Amino acid sequence: MNEILNFLIENEILIYLLLFTILLGFEVISKVPSVLHTPLMSGANAISGIVILGAIILIRTTEPDNYITLILASVALFVGSINVFGGFFVTNRMLEMFNKKKKS
Amino acid sequence: MEKVLFLLSAFLLVWGLRLQSDPASASKGNKLASVGMLLAIFSAIIMPLENSSSNLIWVIVPLFLSSVIGYFIAQKIKMTSMPQMVSIFNGLGGLSAVLLSFTEIYKWIALPDSYDITVVIVLISSLFIGSVAFTGSLLAFAKLDGYRWSEKLTLPFQHIVNIIFLSLIVGSSYLFVANPDISYLYLIIILSFIYGIFFVAPIGGADMPVVISLLNSFTGITAALTGIIFGNIVMLLGGILVGAAGTILTILMCNAMNRSLLNVIIGGFSSSGSSKENKEQGDINEISDSDFAVQLFYSNKVIIIPGYGLAVAQAQKLCKEIQETLEANDVEVKYAIHPVAGRMPGHMNVLLAEADVDYAKLIELEQANEEFKSTDLAVIIGANDVVNPDAIDDSSSPLFGMPILKVWESTSTVVLKRSMSAGYAGVQNPLFFKKNNKMYFGDAKESLQRLSSELKNL
Repeated sequence: MNEILNFLIENEILIYLLLFTILLGFEVISKVPSVLHTPLMSGANAISGIVILGAIILIRTTEPDNYITLILASVALFVGSINVFGGFFVTNRMLEMFNKKKKS
Repeated sequence: MEKVLFLLSAFLLVWGLRLQSDPASASKGNKLASVGMLLAIFSAIIMPLENSSSNLIWVIVPLFLSSVIGYFIAQKIKMTSMPQMVSIFNGLGGLSAVLLSFTEIYKWIALPDSYDITVVIVLISSLFIGSVAFTGSLLAFAKLDGYRWSEKLTLPFQHIVNIIFLSLIVGSSYLFVANPDISYLYLIIILSFIYGIFFVAPIGGADMPVVISLLNSFTGITAALTGIIFGNIVMLLGGILVGAAGTILTILMCNAMNRSLLNVIIGGFSSSGSSKENKEQGDINEISDSDFAVQLFYSNKVIIIPGYGLAVAQAQKLCKEIQETLEANDVEVKYAIHPVAGRMPGHMNVLLAEADVDYAKLIELEQANEEFKSTDLAVIIGANDVVNPDAIDDSSSPLFGMPILKVWESTSTVVLKRSMSAGYAGVQNPLFFKKNNKMYFGDAKESLQRLSSELKNL
């Protein structure tokens, strides 16, 4: 229990950030019209792929001969970034279709 | 340097998401967010790290391959398959988090000196949530794509089984924390994978969008958890942002269907609809091709209510063709979009946008309900539950309370449908038996084809 408490105290700023970001996330999305739910879902999904930053950091801090870690982390990076790139590209494709309409 | 870049990318992610909640700026928002993401990736590659080795090739190769693959999938995918694609992508994100937490725990087992119970608990949580998001998303994909087996995975007493599984997962995590043996870790992963399937199994296929949105917020939370471990603020921020946004989006979708999240997760319209089978139903009237065409032709104002049936039949372009023919003859045509029309909220808008339907012609629920009174003809194409009057009239209907399109307030209505079968909610629709309603049976695409040529002959 003490360890958990210590962790919270050591990461005080992080915890504050966590709380405010939750509020921010709610606030940013709460007014979105249903028209945009589909693109927003896919856009938010692309952002959730940010987990690949962890994979990059992990790969960079691994000894060059630790192949198990390197392979696992690169696979993590690979599948995670399909989520990121695919997500952004497809969201863009959807939103461009909305745009095209407004100009004409 | 990299700190400034991370700060900038965090700002771009938040601002990009903010812009995405307004139709006018959504496209710009997505671009900003993707620039933010690229900056974050770049910073993670260049940031100075303790004991860093130059494993750059292990970073660049996967990044390059996945960007090419991601680009091709995004260009090739059909707009009707969008929900499936989002669920596959989300599953990959979950898998990434699983692999990452696993590797991190694996490393830690080899170096027990760095033991920190909180870190291990955070990693196991991330492993668990990521696994559920992974297998859950795959099952959601199978359900959306209509694989039969995917609807048959539910066990008897599924909810009790799920609780037992959850306890098993908590139990094995406890064992692992007390005694870090890798076999417990495998056990946790396997149990979590199975739990992900059990979590989604009892949920109906039409509720998958809600589930995907929920699983998406799960992936966001795992990203945030791993962000804590790696001490990376952008990961934490991006993850939590998605977690919160996904949760709100899930709730908004549930509200549009007038259901609680709990109700969706437990399995929704299980069997409550069957009691009303024997209700007085009366006769239906069919309408012929030429009558329908003539009626459309001589209307002043027509509102089209597109539904999932239109999307499945890929008939959006034909729909647009008919709209143009009518407009050339001074008929006012609008589309009324129910918030849950299509396969997920907003999906119908995307599909109509793909068929080049003018954005200004799409009206939302409230406006549509005002306009029906002045409408001569409402044409319902492949939609059912969203125009069911029972949602207002019959308190015993499972649809009761759902906001719906009051199409019957227009002078007359025509329903295009393949058969008299019930909609997703499993209830018959009294609209079909109303005096001013006509039925026009057939596959949406073929029906509209016939109608279009009939109209051109007038």
